[in-house]
Amino acid sequence: MTAIVNYVLRTQDIIKYFYDPEKFQVLKNISLTVNRGEFLSLVGKSGCGKSTLMYVLSTMDTDYQGQLEIAGMQLTGKSQNELAQFRNRHIGFVFQFHYLLPEFTVLQNVMIPALKLGQFSNEEIEHRAIEKLSVLGMQEHAKKRTSKLSGGQQQRVAIARALINDPDIIMGDEPTGNLDSYNSGVVFDIFRELTSVYKQTIIAVTHDDEFAKKTDRVVVMSDGQIATS
Amino acid sequence: MNLNSYKLSFSIAWVHLVSKPKQTIIAMLGVTFGIGMFIALVSLMTGLNDFTEEITMTSSPDIHIYHDITETRLSILEQINPNGINRVHHQKPKDETLRLRNARQLLDLIRKDDRMQGVAPVLSSQVFYNYGPVQLNGLILGVEILEEDKLFDLKAKMKEGRLEDLLSYHEGIIMGSGLAKKLNVKKGDRVVITTPQGFTRTLKVVGIFQIGIGTVDNVRSYANISMVQTILQEEQSYITDINIKLKDRHLAKQVAHELQTKFSYKAEDWETANATFQTGVTIRNIITYAVSFTLLIVAGFGIYNILNMTIYNKMKDIAILKAMGFAGKDVRSIFMIQSLAIGLVGGLIGLLVGFTLSSLIARAPFDGGDVISLDHFPVNFDSTYYITGIIFGVVTTAVAGYMPSRKAAQVDPIEILRGQ
Ligand SMILES: Nc1ncnc2c1ncn2[C@@H]1O[C@H](COP(=O)(O)OP(=O)(O)O)[C@@H](O)[C@H]1O
Ligand SMILES: [Mg+2]
Repeated sequence: MTAIVNYVLRTQDIIKYFYDPEKFQVLKNISLTVNRGEFLSLVGKSGCGKSTLMYVLSTMDTDYQGQLEIAGMQLTGKSQNELAQFRNRHIGFVFQFHYLLPEFTVLQNVMIPALKLGQFSNEEIEHRAIEKLSVLGMQEHAKKRTSKLSGGQQQRVAIARALINDPDIIMGDEPTGNLDSYNSGVVFDIFRELTSVYKQTIIAVTHDDEFAKKTDRVVVMSDGQIATS
Repeated sequence: MNLNSYKLSFSIAWVHLVSKPKQTIIAMLGVTFGIGMFIALVSLMTGLNDFTEEITMTSSPDIHIYHDITETRLSILEQINPNGINRVHHQKPKDETLRLRNARQLLDLIRKDDRMQGVAPVLSSQVFYNYGPVQLNGLILGVEILEEDKLFDLKAKMKEGRLEDLLSYHEGIIMGSGLAKKLNVKKGDRVVITTPQGFTRTLKVVGIFQIGIGTVDNVRSYANISMVQTILQEEQSYITDINIKLKDRHLAKQVAHELQTKFSYKAEDWETANATFQTGVTIRNIITYAVSFTLLIVAGFGIYNILNMTIYNKMKDIAILKAMGFAGKDVRSIFMIQSLAIGLVGGLIGLLVGFTLSSLIARAPFDGGDVISLDHFPVNFDSTYYITGIIFGVVTTAVAGYMPSRKAAQVDPIEILRGQ
């Protein structure tokens, strides 16, 4: 019998220690399942391990015990090169400090992950990038240098970039942490639309209760553990 | 890594390079300077080497056979008691002449060997040249002038007169240009020759030659072999040297050895005879490469520094690229491409600079003075040095770029992203 898998991400008993300055357990038996199309927010006190968990989920941190599976793929134990390829294809990132490449135009920034993937021709990639930018209302800025944009606009470009390869999941570590309430609202609305209209799966770390309250599911972390989910 | 991925690395590298034009240009100038100097130096040095080698080689035979009376010989005591401990005081050289015995048969035997291109008998003697009040010490060579021409291409070196004039005029000499100038004689003038034994003879200058080396042109003249035998008051078979030109000059060492054991006269090959000259060539080459290499290493350090700085400034970019799915090797290639581009473009400009410098040097007037007849610097435009130069430059930049690029590849994105 084959079960119809409708989750995108699943972890089992993720444990992680930091050894510097002294040994301490930062993640304690984290088991979490995220369903397709779910808009999940991860909250908790500062220092409880949210970012650390996000780095494990993002496959960038491989120094943990337990199991991580995304999009049906067992990722624990894979090589750095395989994980890089996997991130490129399956995960989109939105960071607190937007992190666009400053020497490139808005359009180029959005195109880079797709050029890296190399699945489509340059023309198609450009076409898709403009499409993503227009979903975010940024198409008229396509030819601008990213340094010419406001913080809220930069974050929207970062979201467009995260979307370019149609990832299975978008991860954000405090994606609105650096934005004023108006722009936070804009970003939230975009995430909301992506999940309900495009069935995009999103995990976002936030310390903004207003933001968290409006998501599909709130996972609360405390002291390296999941308190409520 | 697929082609697209390279293209992407390439365009990112390109953006990095052009967004910091000053840095890029300074890094390039280092390479340009290194390669440019290498080309200029090596062109001049090898030009000089080739020029002096050319004239030294054309003026020395492949093999020179003579009777070496300074060769240490065994004392009689050692001959009869070879295994004992012998002590002989004040052993004097035997009173021997420079004569090669049975020279005619020797010549015939050597000429039969089909490795020989030309075999020229020579009879040489110190003489005084007198012309009016001027008296100069010099050398007279009795030769078969046409055989001598086969060895040293004398025809091409005649400034006045023809070689054949010596054949048709028994009492003639062909004089070195430097000697003629000092004596102030011209073609057709008569000079008086005095041998160490006091014999005097008046000879007519039928031609003037110039080989291009002061030590030859300032002292030497050629005469017919029988004439020199006459002024030395020796008989028809008296010969002191045999000069040989081989079909393949590289056999010289081996053939010389054979001849020496066969005839028990000293047979010296050109390499041995010009050993000091060869040492000079080697030393000049070492200096050239050492200087150029140092310059390139300095350029390499420049690239290393600049790339390190770029990578330090681009930490955030590297982290974000890795988060988006660039593997370590993709990041490394971005920075390797930058250093190789700097090396290649800087190197190519360096070749151009080197070529321009070489051309200028080649045009600069230079007086070789009495020693060698030169009016401008000999410069070598051999393309192999240009190929060496560009390879040298690219390899240096690749080595210099490798360590920073590897460091970039190993950047841990979490550390950077968390730091913000
Ligand atoms: N590289 C590290 N080495 C040691 N301790 C770390 C490191 N990174 C984070 N920590 C610690 O781990 C805990 C969890 O950090 P983090 O995941 O950033 O918390 P959060 O994102 O929830 O604020 C904190 O106490 C932090 O000081
Ligand atoms: Mg955090």
